[in-house]
Amino acid sequence: MNHIDELEAEAIFILREVASKFDNPVLLFSGGKDSIVLTRLAKKAFYPAQIPFKLLHVDTGHNFPETLEFRDNLISNMNLDLVVGYVQDSINKDPSIEEKGANASRNSIQTITLLEMIDKHKFDVAIGGARRDEEKSRAKERFFSHRDEFGQWSPKNQRPELWSLFNSYKSHGEHFRVFPLSNWTELDIWNYINNEELELPSLYFSHKRDCIIRDNMILAKSDYIKLKESDKIKEMTVRYRTCGDMTITGAIESIASNTKEVINEISLINTTERGTRADDKRSESAMEDRKITGYF
Amino acid sequence: MNSEIQILRFTTAGSVDDGKSTLIGRLLLDSKSLYFDQLESIEQISKKKGFDYIDLSLLTDGLKSERQQGITIDVAYRYFSTPKRKFIIADTPGHIQYTRNMITGASTANLALILIDARKGILEQTKRHSFIASILKIPHLIVCINKMDLVNYSESVYNEIVQNYQDFFSKLDIHDVRFVPISALNGDNVVNNSEKMNWYNGGTLMYNLENLYISSDVNHLDARLPVQYVIRPQTHKFGDYRGYAGKIEGGAFKKGDRIKLLPSGFMTTIKAIEINGKNIEEAFSPMSVSVTLKDDLDVSRGDMIVKENNVPVISQDLDLMICWMDSAYLKPRKKVIIKHTTNECMGMITDILYKLDINTLHSIKDFEDFKLNDIGRIKIRSSKPLFYDSYKKNRHTGSIILIDPNTNATIAAGMII
Repeated sequence: MNHIDELEAEAIFILREVASKFDNPVLLFSGGKDSIVLTRLAKKAFYPAQIPFKLLHVDTGHNFPETLEFRDNLISNMNLDLVVGYVQDSINKDPSIEEKGANASRNSIQTITLLEMIDKHKFDVAIGGARRDEEKSRAKERFFSHRDEFGQWSPKNQRPELWSLFNSYKSHGEHFRVFPLSNWTELDIWNYINNEELELPSLYFSHKRDCIIRDNMILAKSDYIKLKESDKIKEMTVRYRTCGDMTITGAIESIASNTKEVINEISLINTTERGTRADDKRSESAMEDRKITGYF
Repeated sequence: MNSEIQILRFTTAGSVDDGKSTLIGRLLLDSKSLYFDQLESIEQISKKKGFDYIDLSLLTDGLKSERQQGITIDVAYRYFSTPKRKFIIADTPGHIQYTRNMITGASTANLALILIDARKGILEQTKRHSFIASILKIPHLIVCINKMDLVNYSESVYNEIVQNYQDFFSKLDIHDVRFVPISALNGDNVVNNSEKMNWYNGGTLMYNLENLYISSDVNHLDARLPVQYVIRPQTHKFGDYRGYAGKIEGGAFKKGDRIKLLPSGFMTTIKAIEINGKNIEEAFSPMSVSVTLKDDLDVSRGDMIVKENNVPVISQDLDLMICWMDSAYLKPRKKVIIKHTTNECMGMITDILYKLDINTLHSIKDFEDFKLNDIGRIKIRSSKPLFYDSYKKNRHTGSIILIDPNTNATIAAGMII
């Protein structure tokens, strides 16, 4: 077996374990490449049966339009069951949670909406596409990650995880996050996309776009970003390595227009994937702090 | 393009000054797996802390509390790859109070990397890490004699340490042991050959990591498929379809094989083996597959598919080595949940035979408490028969975890004798 086959076998094992051990799982689907890979793996794990759980998209209202279009096509082509949680609904309930200012983002409010949806639908496990190679606190994650009744992660007090014997026991009101792609790297994901000929939203490939350069990041010009006086708008040839909100996801200059070219590009690139994310740059422990409160 | 790349999982354990973090940093740096923005970030933090060098441990210590204390507490996983292999490092703390984290990292490893400071030679910690590797049956061991730059790259210092290690090591149960003299700080023999140690010709650390033979690390003899999930599409097209899905945990199965189902004992034949609806002729560990059977039998999660002439032990009595992982002491007659392959049941601790001194491997029969991080031999009675092999024969069908039914915590890792 080569490494991609082995990673696939591991992820399928974990998805089947989730379906066996939980009453009401949900797969977190952002429309990004990792959740697209995860959806393919779920399809394979249960074939010829349907994927035995729903998908959940936490919609910030600041998405790239390409992502939403892609999401809706995929859901109807694969005949999947999608529920959407709207960050706007959470803001309507309590307007004070919304950030103000030029760098405002709805990134951290996603946690509130996610936990509301978990509570509303009584999901007992949320399957996510997070990978350990993305970020240093994610490098500490378990495959089966316990969340207390407040949805919080306790990084210093995690259950030991041995062999492939996953402890899924919990008390009422608690839930789990499960990460089948823990051992995959960005390059593994792209090799899998290439092998499986998976379709992706167009923003992962080179295209022309009006951009703003701010704090060394290339941000897409959009209605969701308040322009500063110093901002200059410039048409650039870019692509995205990750697919978050338009307000926080930076592009890279790139001419890679298909999966093979992207694989060549990231084999040579010298910055990390999350280096394009303003949400991680707010402080040294930005990801850990958000994860503790229940972020993905 | 990447058809030949294999995954090698290795574990490292170490404490503050033995150069473990520097070595991992060096492997990442010299294999070009460290990114500019990561380097820039730890460079800034090192400067802020007033160091005049780049503290590579900042890369591996992922939690705020670890960075504040400057120590590794929990296992961190790191990834790098070369054109030959993808490497998964389970980076663990080395101090005795974190034995359970070392065991966790060791449980999935093909290889353990042991570091010895050339100036200090073999320490208690070196022995402890080697014992853990041996108890967890890690198939390969690489002993890096580090900081060779501080002993003038001396061949005789190296030879003496190797000799001492071999004397002590004869007690252990690992057969592939290699030694590499290195300087993690300067990069000698890590990825690139050292010009200062021409007397050594055993290959760099990276050469060994890339080339040691790992295909025989999994059990190829005893076919085991614990049933994990039953796929029942319940659609018109696949009306009678029953796929028994799971991961092959040993040996191989072929289409047409005569098999036996446990616990029922029924025999039948494999009709097809599938991955994603595609038929394959043969399945082996660690593939995740789905099999269909000739006869319509009652099979569910927790059952095991084996060959009719090669069955595991079927018993309610387990004799095992455990590492205790809970802050409450282990007491006889304690009730636990046993998790073994895809099977779960209740169990009771029937006997505590002895504790091991993890620094000497001597058994201690006369002890007061069996505490967090203690390793020892116990007996358990399970509420139903389990189908198992010895851990020595098969790490997957020979391992269990114990869960506390009151707290839901994972309280022990067990290896069946």
